Amino acid sequence: MQPFTAHTGIAAPLLKDDINTDQIAPVMHSRSLKEDYKAMLFYRARQREDGSEDSDFVLNKPQFRNAGILVTGQNFGAGSSRESAVWSMLANGIRVIVAKSFADIYRENCLQNGVLPVVLGPQDADGFIARIVAADGAAPFTVDLVTQRISGPGGPDIAFEIAAADRTRLLEGLDDIGMTLKHMDEIVGWERRAAAAQPWLQTTRDSR
Amino acid sequence: MLTALPRTSFDKIWDFHCVGQRADGRDLLYIDRHVLHELHAHHAFAELQKQQRKVHRPDLTFAVQDHTVATKPGRDDDTNPTGTAFIKAMREGCRNNGIRLFDIDDPEQGISHVVAPELGIVLPGATHAVPDSHASTVGGLGAIAFGCGTSELAHILVTQVMALRRPKRMRVRLDGALGAHVNAKDVALRLIAELGVAGARGHVVEYAGAAARGMLVEQRMTLCNLNIEMGGRSGFVAPDRATFAWLAGRPYAPQGAAWDRALAYWRTLQSDDDAVFDREVVLDCAGLEPQITWGTDPSQVVGISGRVPEPAAVDPTRRAAAESAFAYMGLKPGTPLAGLPVNRVFIGSCTNSRLPDLQTAAAVVRGRRVAEGVVAMVVPGSSSVKREAEAAGLDRVFRDAGFFWGESGCSMCAGGNGDRGQPGERCVSTTNRNFENRQGPKVRTHLASPATAAATAIAGRIADVRQLLAGAA
Ligand code: SF4
Repeated sequence: MQPFTAHTGIAAPLLKDDINTDQIAPVMHSRSLKEDYKAMLFYRARQREDGSEDSDFVLNKPQFRNAGILVTGQNFGAGSSRESAVWSMLANGIRVIVAKSFADIYRENCLQNGVLPVVLGPQDADGFIARIVAADGAAPFTVDLVTQRISGPGGPDIAFEIAAADRTRLLEGLDDIGMTLKHMDEIVGWERRAAAAQPWLQTTRDSR
Repeated sequence: MLTALPRTSFDKIWDFHCVGQRADGRDLLYIDRHVLHELHAHHAFAELQKQQRKVHRPDLTFAVQDHTVATKPGRDDDTNPTGTAFIKAMREGCRNNGIRLFDIDDPEQGISHVVAPELGIVLPGATHAVPDSHASTVGGLGAIAFGCGTSELAHILVTQVMALRRPKRMRVRLDGALGAHVNAKDVALRLIAELGVAGARGHVVEYAGAAARGMLVEQRMTLCNLNIEMGGRSGFVAPDRATFAWLAGRPYAPQGAAWDRALAYWRTLQSDDDAVFDREVVLDCAGLEPQITWGTDPSQVVGISGRVPEPAAVDPTRRAAAESAFAYMGLKPGTPLAGLPVNRVFIGSCTNSRLPDLQTAAAVVRGRRVAEGVVAMVVPGSSSVKREAEAAGLDRVFRDAGFFWGESGCSMCAGGNGDRGQPGERCVSTTNRNFENRQGPKVRTHLASPATAAATAIAGRIADVRQLLAGAA
């Protein structure tokens, strides 16, 4: 996983609650095993009915085309567990999502891929949103995971909280599987105990 | 003598399965049963190959083809051309890794959340993971299940554990008895309406109370299936006599002496009397009428006699969402739901495609005809359900009425297999998500129970099943 220390980029406001993964990464018309994650991001929202580009959609606006920070509302990433909803962010260079809250599975998927999910309390969130709206893509913001601060035009730095372990994992780009493999002895030991205590859990056999 | 602290059912299962703690403070939770599907597994197989890592317990891993398979009779790999590559990659990945696959032509193929319980692959008190957010469906058997992403899927393949923080505990007590033609789907929709789409976020929900106890195991699965639609991490009904009776004799369930021993253990899995929950909610189910969604998220729900709400009656924080839902759904505030003409009815998905769901719908349809101009489909949740339904003659009931009777799979739930509605169509669907464009671009989805969906197909308009059946009496 690509480590995350700090990211400086344009912050785009997508000010809605409950944006779900069907919206973030819609199922594409032509499917293949190697999907175009860049095109997938908000594929439907980016288009008008006639298939032309919807210039009102925030990520289509010239000043936000290369946004690296997405700012949004409550419960971002609700719905399906599809990880393409995070890969499509990365494919578009978005490394930070600032939200009032995240759906559980989506947040996990962010951590797996080196995308920083920042949760701001209502007051900080509203203050930050006012500042990025005022900046309107003219000046970048910096989200620094080392200092846990967001800085940029229009006001003082904003501190944010993140669980220490999640922070370390992102900073060091730790490989999730690698971290768990260190516990393989414990896992195998557990399997031995479970086979004695609840043998039906450790075997699967079609009895027919 | 020390007395053990009272524990919730969830904590008993978690504690048993907790292998240890990782350096980052996450618990390593052993996963007893891991079920993959073709839409997401190929990424993980490719990743494993790249990292030269092996599947730790192929014997505890199963796989199904469900998301992209066609429903047309006589289907094969190529019937849905956009699914072909996924289906083939799945087959190859399972072969290379020694994983039992319920392939497209397997007599037990079907939707993972339907197949795993009906074969007894999932058991009470077991942990379960699927790369699909509706994993908790199997909570209806008293298992704790987690939906996971693709990276987590690869993680489980290699280690057989998930690295999780212990969620909080919530208990939803369902009081009272359900009225005629009201079932688990209506209860779940009402709950989501009351608690909101993020109402259970961070929690594992135990569904308890007389109404939950009174439900068939299949109904409990419907209830637990919709847990994710209120943001819950997992959801379950603690196993009881109904669970054990349902499970006994299923192919992968323990048999003989092993069954007796398992049973003795499963009986200890109820929450202790004094166990503490982080949150408790009570819903009185007596007097509940059939429910239906009017909007574009599963919390935008009214009773079947209700109307699309006036903006002023909507919580201010939800008003903007309501306004955009009015526009998408083509509905004006104040419009009664019952009587709205529909173009399409879909009965199926991991929410409502088990035998009792089809029986309920067939009881409404029997001797009647689908209204002119309505496209109506029934897609059984598994090939086994399909066979059982056919043995009971249900397929005839549906086909005689003008329904399409399909091969099992996810079908119109998310349209991943090409089964979709046309732009602008209004569809009553027994699925779990009424998100914009989910059932096809611009399709307007109303979620409801199989009984309501069946009544709607007959009437050609959103219908109160109780009135339709009363009219016939
Ligand atoms: S039926 Fe729908 S929700 Fe269920 S597993 Fe299939 S796509 Fe997912």
